[in-house]
Amino acid sequence: MRIGDFKANYVADEAVFKTPTVRFWMGILFAALLIFPFVAGNYWLYMANLVGVAIVAAVGLNILTGFAGQISLGHAAFVGIGAYTAAILTTRLEVPFFLCLPLSGLSAAVFGLIVGGPSMRMKGLYLCIATLAAQVIFEFIFVHWESMTGGIRGINLPAPSVLGISLDNEFKFYFVTLAVVVICVTATRNIFRSRVGRAFIAIRDRDISAELMGINLFHYKMYAFGISSFMAGVAGCLWVNFLRTVTPEHFPLIESIRYLAMIIVGGLGSVLGAIFGAIFMTLVPEILKNTLGLLVDAFPQAMGYLFPLQQIVFGLLIVVFLVFEPHGLAEMWRRLKDYFRLWPFEY
Amino acid sequence: MDIFLQLLVSGFAVGGVYALIALGFVLIYKATSIINFATGEFMMIGAYFFYSFMIYMGLPAIPAFIGVMACAALLGFMVERLVLRHMLGQPTISIVMVTIGLSSILMGIAEMVWGSDFRSFPAIVPRAPLIIGEIVVRSNLFYGFVLAVAVVIVFALLFKYAKVGIAMRATAADQSASFSMGINVKAMFTLSWAFGAVAATLGGIIIGNIGGVHPTLGHIGLKIFPVVILGGLDSIGGAVLAGFIMGIIENLAGGYLDPYFHGGVKDVAPFVVLVLILLIKPYGLFGKQEIERL
Repeated sequence: MRIGDFKANYVADEAVFKTPTVRFWMGILFAALLIFPFVAGNYWLYMANLVGVAIVAAVGLNILTGFAGQISLGHAAFVGIGAYTAAILTTRLEVPFFLCLPLSGLSAAVFGLIVGGPSMRMKGLYLCIATLAAQVIFEFIFVHWESMTGGIRGINLPAPSVLGISLDNEFKFYFVTLAVVVICVTATRNIFRSRVGRAFIAIRDRDISAELMGINLFHYKMYAFGISSFMAGVAGCLWVNFLRTVTPEHFPLIESIRYLAMIIVGGLGSVLGAIFGAIFMTLVPEILKNTLGLLVDAFPQAMGYLFPLQQIVFGLLIVVFLVFEPHGLAEMWRRLKDYFRLWPFEY
Repeated sequence: MDIFLQLLVSGFAVGGVYALIALGFVLIYKATSIINFATGEFMMIGAYFFYSFMIYMGLPAIPAFIGVMACAALLGFMVERLVLRHMLGQPTISIVMVTIGLSSILMGIAEMVWGSDFRSFPAIVPRAPLIIGEIVVRSNLFYGFVLAVAVVIVFALLFKYAKVGIAMRATAADQSASFSMGINVKAMFTLSWAFGAVAATLGGIIIGNIGGVHPTLGHIGLKIFPVVILGGLDSIGGAVLAGFIMGIIENLAGGYLDPYFHGGVKDVAPFVVLVLILLIKPYGLFGKQEIERL
């Protein structure tokens, strides 16, 4: 049982890692993340990179939807804008990778502000449908602005390099992904220790009350849209540099829904939840595929059921979590931790 | 000019179908304040049921039709009772996501049961196209339009005069007042889901009859959003009118702009209009403006 969690000042109360125990376990986690690429195979490194990209995007979406309460059905479009910006900057202007990351984020943020602009006049379902329109329109632009985006053939780009080292395999790229994920998660965690983050939460809980307390709704909603799409753009840049190709079919509406599903399954309004959700929703389809792969020898027709089965599982996960565990995996994790923290004295 | 009229007329015909589907959507929204993202999948399932009744069970068109309506009502009923009843009072995002989850489940089930191949209906209406002056309208579009308009009229009469319809309107207007007048509000919720599902599946049959059935037929359901936003989310008359307007806009935009963009304008034009409406008139043509109090 852990005791002695006593705080004498506000700084200690607001700290990210509150107790020595937490700091110890975070240290272990970082060490494990650094050792992971040396022991894991290429397949798992590949998955780890995809999970990393998903974490950055999901944490971004959680700022907008989970914390500020503005539903976005267009997150994949912003990831797409980031990816296309990175691809165009790299292939046409040969901008180095390190500059590409913030620039893609900025370009996605600009479009995010444009889409978020109307949030001044509408909210809730109406805003949700407006972001759906943005998703459809951006998808159309990706396909049809051929001179810029290469149409349905897309753009291929060379392996990025950092400090003269070419990041041409999963192993090397893993460290870049890890660094970006750590920076994004830390930044997000810190936003919610500040005035801006608290304003987001106030807007989510009751926008009119927030306005009465002197929060400029429009400004803060714009911050939320900007920050969230910035992260989406960064995720897009990572993604395109990892896979080294981009086509419009990577960013359909279902991808936006997948990001929403991540934060719902993980836990709305929780940074940890977004991370859990991103890991869970990226790995579950893979596990499903591998399990079915084992069955293929016995039932050759099993593979044909893979896609519909994935869809059913995807839908079921969303529905079951919303009905039975609306606070998601983060809440389950908290209960688990509490159980062990208090063990063996349950009450 | 001929092209213009041609586009106008076929847009009008498609608009009738949109009006029908939008009607089902608005019914559900009005009574329960739930936006049903699974409308398109209801359409798809309805079309598959119709196909199965006709092909596998060998029923003639009319009994198959009635069978589908019964199944659709049952589907709407089950969805409301099993899933959405638990979501009462939850935040918007949860409700939106539940219906999205449902749509994914329905799509997966359809693909498991019926496979991913294109299926087309047997001929149920005469094939000869309808010719008005110099305008040619495809026969299945024309009969679909006639059916859609007939169903919309039936629904309208039901709401105006039938006791059930009046009870549903009362529930939509004021839940607690309806409770105190002895209306079974929960039953009205279930009923509006059943009606909404019936309207959507009828739309699905008409669209399936025009273009064949496929698990992704439901994607057409997305176009309902521009329609209902234009009409105002809670206005039945608005939904019908907006259905026609959007059908015409879509066809005109597709007909005139497609050559410049290499196709696809038809699918994106309604959403561009949607953004414009939201910027100018966020509650649509006939929507009720929400007034919030703390």
